[in-house]
Amino acid sequence: MSEQKTANFAQVGKSVQKIDGLALACGKDKFVEDYDMQNQLYLKVLRSPHAHARILSIDSSEAEAMEGVAAVLTHADLPRVPHTTAGQGYPEPSPYDSHTLDNKVRYVGDRVAAIAAETPELAREAAQKIKVEYEVLEPVLDPRKATDEGAPVIHDEDDCKVIIPIPYEPERNLASAVEFSFGDLEEEFAKSDIIVEDEYESHYAQHCPVEPHVCISYIDSRGRVVIRTSTQVPFHVRRIVAQRLELPEKKIRVIKPRIGGGFGAKQEVLVEDIVAAMAMKTGRPVKFLMTREEEFVSSRTRHPQIINVTIGADSDGTIRAINLDVLMNTGAYGGHALTVVCNSGSKVLPLYNTAKAVKFNGKVVYTNLPVGGAYRGYGATQTYFAVESALDEIAHRLDIDPVKLREINHIKNGETSPVFAALGEGKEGVEQTIESCGLPQCLEQGKEAFGWDTREERRSLSSGSKRRGFGICTLMQGSSIPEIDMAAASIKMNEDGSFNLLMGATDLGTGSDTVLSQIAAETLNVPTEDIIPYSSDTDLTPFDVGAYASSTTYLSGKAVDKCAGKVKQQILKVGAEMLEVELEDVSLGAKKVVDSSGNEVSYEEIATYSLYESNQHQIAAHDSSISHKSPPPFSAHFAEVEVDTETGKVELIQYVNATDCGTAIHPRLAEGQCEGATVNGLSFALTEEYQFSSRGKMLNASFDSYNIYKMPDMPELKCILVPTYEETGPYGAKSVSEIGINGPLPAIGNAIFDAVGIRIKEGPFKPDKLLAELEKTEAR
Amino acid sequence: MEIKLTINGDSKKFEVDPSTRLIDLLRSAGYQGVKKGCDEGHCGSCTVLLDGQPILSCIKFAAQADGAEITTIEGMGTVNDPHPLQQSFVDKGAVQCGFCIPGMILSSKSLLETHPDPTEDEIKRGLDGNYCRCTGYVKQIEAVQSAAQKMRGGI
Repeated sequence: MSEQKTANFAQVGKSVQKIDGLALACGKDKFVEDYDMQNQLYLKVLRSPHAHARILSIDSSEAEAMEGVAAVLTHADLPRVPHTTAGQGYPEPSPYDSHTLDNKVRYVGDRVAAIAAETPELAREAAQKIKVEYEVLEPVLDPRKATDEGAPVIHDEDDCKVIIPIPYEPERNLASAVEFSFGDLEEEFAKSDIIVEDEYESHYAQHCPVEPHVCISYIDSRGRVVIRTSTQVPFHVRRIVAQRLELPEKKIRVIKPRIGGGFGAKQEVLVEDIVAAMAMKTGRPVKFLMTREEEFVSSRTRHPQIINVTIGADSDGTIRAINLDVLMNTGAYGGHALTVVCNSGSKVLPLYNTAKAVKFNGKVVYTNLPVGGAYRGYGATQTYFAVESALDEIAHRLDIDPVKLREINHIKNGETSPVFAALGEGKEGVEQTIESCGLPQCLEQGKEAFGWDTREERRSLSSGSKRRGFGICTLMQGSSIPEIDMAAASIKMNEDGSFNLLMGATDLGTGSDTVLSQIAAETLNVPTEDIIPYSSDTDLTPFDVGAYASSTTYLSGKAVDKCAGKVKQQILKVGAEMLEVELEDVSLGAKKVVDSSGNEVSYEEIATYSLYESNQHQIAAHDSSISHKSPPPFSAHFAEVEVDTETGKVELIQYVNATDCGTAIHPRLAEGQCEGATVNGLSFALTEEYQFSSRGKMLNASFDSYNIYKMPDMPELKCILVPTYEETGPYGAKSVSEIGINGPLPAIGNAIFDAVGIRIKEGPFKPDKLLAELEKTEAR
Repeated sequence: MEIKLTINGDSKKFEVDPSTRLIDLLRSAGYQGVKKGCDEGHCGSCTVLLDGQPILSCIKFAAQADGAEITTIEGMGTVNDPHPLQQSFVDKGAVQCGFCIPGMILSSKSLLETHPDPTEDEIKRGLDGNYCRCTGYVKQIEAVQSAAQKMRGGI
């Protein structure tokens, strides 16, 4: 059915040339670091060596006396404005627990002071000359003990707060909490033929965009603060910097050039405040490029979770009840704390709506460890590990094909789940019925591509100390945050029949400038190259919440489609006027308006007429979009591994990801999202790990020792796009960017279990961990 | 001290400090396609060719390159006249954010000089030092294979 609906599309569904592709491949398109200004200063942040300490005094006199040092900022120089660094809609559902600079440090790597100097080297040197006297406090390093009575209080300041009614008890290190249930859990467990119960731990990880956070700020000739920054959320940056620096929004302009990846790390106002504050202090342009070490230590991370899962099912595999208990560590600050843990429930539990009773309990605690934030998958990644592993255990114990177990239990078209209405983002969620679930086809096509039904024959391909195993998982995510997120676009027509498309939507490397141009082109019946996109400049483009929550194609795309629809009506009107016929008598052809007699006027003629000849006006429009639902993409993942029982090494032989993202507006870019998310997930499952000292310092803050996947690490990987048609999305599209990262941890974990009968309940699956478990089993 | 470099075919002289790194010299001389991703010799974004060999310009002193021929991405092709590798990277969807792409294309160029028809494994090994977090590498392997075919005159 979706094929019929998309068959006549001229631009949508085509892998047109990515608009910025060649300029990037030629090294010409500019990133923030590529902009330099005359008289520019370089900023360095002095960071805390302690996980928890009060700053008693800062003596920066020696640094300030150095030639070439322009200024030093400490907490004494700035007004105290509690805020959140989380780049979310207002009012933010995150605690106001951060300060641009504070009199206390709460993790190793926290900000202490900022230095601006003529060169980066001088700024580094000056930082070393700042003398800080600390009162070192006992740190909280174990999330399980964070809320214990007598535990050190991390946010003991009197001005931290939440600005909407959500749970927050900083006096006992509770950053947030959520509870939700339906049905009679005890009764359903009592009726269950089988109950599995286990505890899983998902680990710290960093986004590792290859471009670090980077920002340049200057005061323009009219006294406005201009911020050019590597961000996913330019409009939130403007609002939050305005709040922190106590300026009205009109005094600030935020510009996003090309961005070298973000994955959620740049949904955080992490650098802009201090750079703008320094530009204001010195009156000179200030640039700040974070080091790779800072990216690991002082940027944001995936919130680690300890997840207790209990699932009860009938002997045929039908799920009766699910109980999820999530303890999440948000580190020293609570950005995204509530919303990430809410998504741990809301993006996972509705998938198995056969459950008659569900309980979800999320608790988020502060610790003196690196700070959690938004990261692709946003809470779902963590919890899918537990739920999909538990389902695998049920399939194993009941001797049911794990694919069949999913088929029995997953949500189908026309169905809903009480979870949708109950769990939102800082408030109740939004009820929705699933209308475009392609999961059955994902399972079917995934099985076929993977060779699921011939897996038993492949076991014998491994010999000696090696054992082969096969695992699967199924997933859903969402598309935008319903009734909260808004996107807007404007379009104007030029003499040659081309169009400027201005939008707040933020292309962070995903290709959204291209995808959104394709949507405009489809509606306006022009080739995509006739659309000139310009995005994410708070002075020039309309508002958009930014690139997060899998919203850009679905939500910003809808705004672009609506806006283009209005422009189309204006074009038809002028065309009818020129052809001297009624409006009802004309329709859009390829770059032209035609009437029923076959007479036509080209876009060029229409534009020239409207601009110069008669009844002159600018053909242009703007429109906005909010969503009333968050239609999930669905996905099935398949992993084939070989475990060496002598070394504990897991070799990934093959991986298949079949994903239903509705209409893929640009199939190649959509595949790229699936592949990129999957490989990030593989790396998370197998190699990436934060190592800490006993005092909370990260020990491997370098690409050298924090191993992200490189090209030779790649297994045979297949990503399959399964088309469906989501009626509420632009040209049938849903989201695609996040879902793929959720699969590898459970799918590979399940494959390891299939290979050696050991369930590793804590990521990543490194050889030492496996070997220890293998030895334990042998000892038994 | 004064050094001489031939950058993308142009002979140039520079007055440098012995501690000046090649990446900083090149970027300040306008070759901004040389990207700074980790600044510690791991990610490969700062890859340039030094006498045809890929090197990491963030861990090379400019003085060490005295007399050498340097190729940066700017020397490969232009938007109006791209090198087959640049065109293939775009056509195959291998460019997402594009930050790692200049380095990856330069490593690919070097690889194709010794391996005009590389296997998938040879590409993986040849591009081992170029990190990408966006794409999952699949389309980059395809792009190198496609460009190789074009450069051999296959298409």
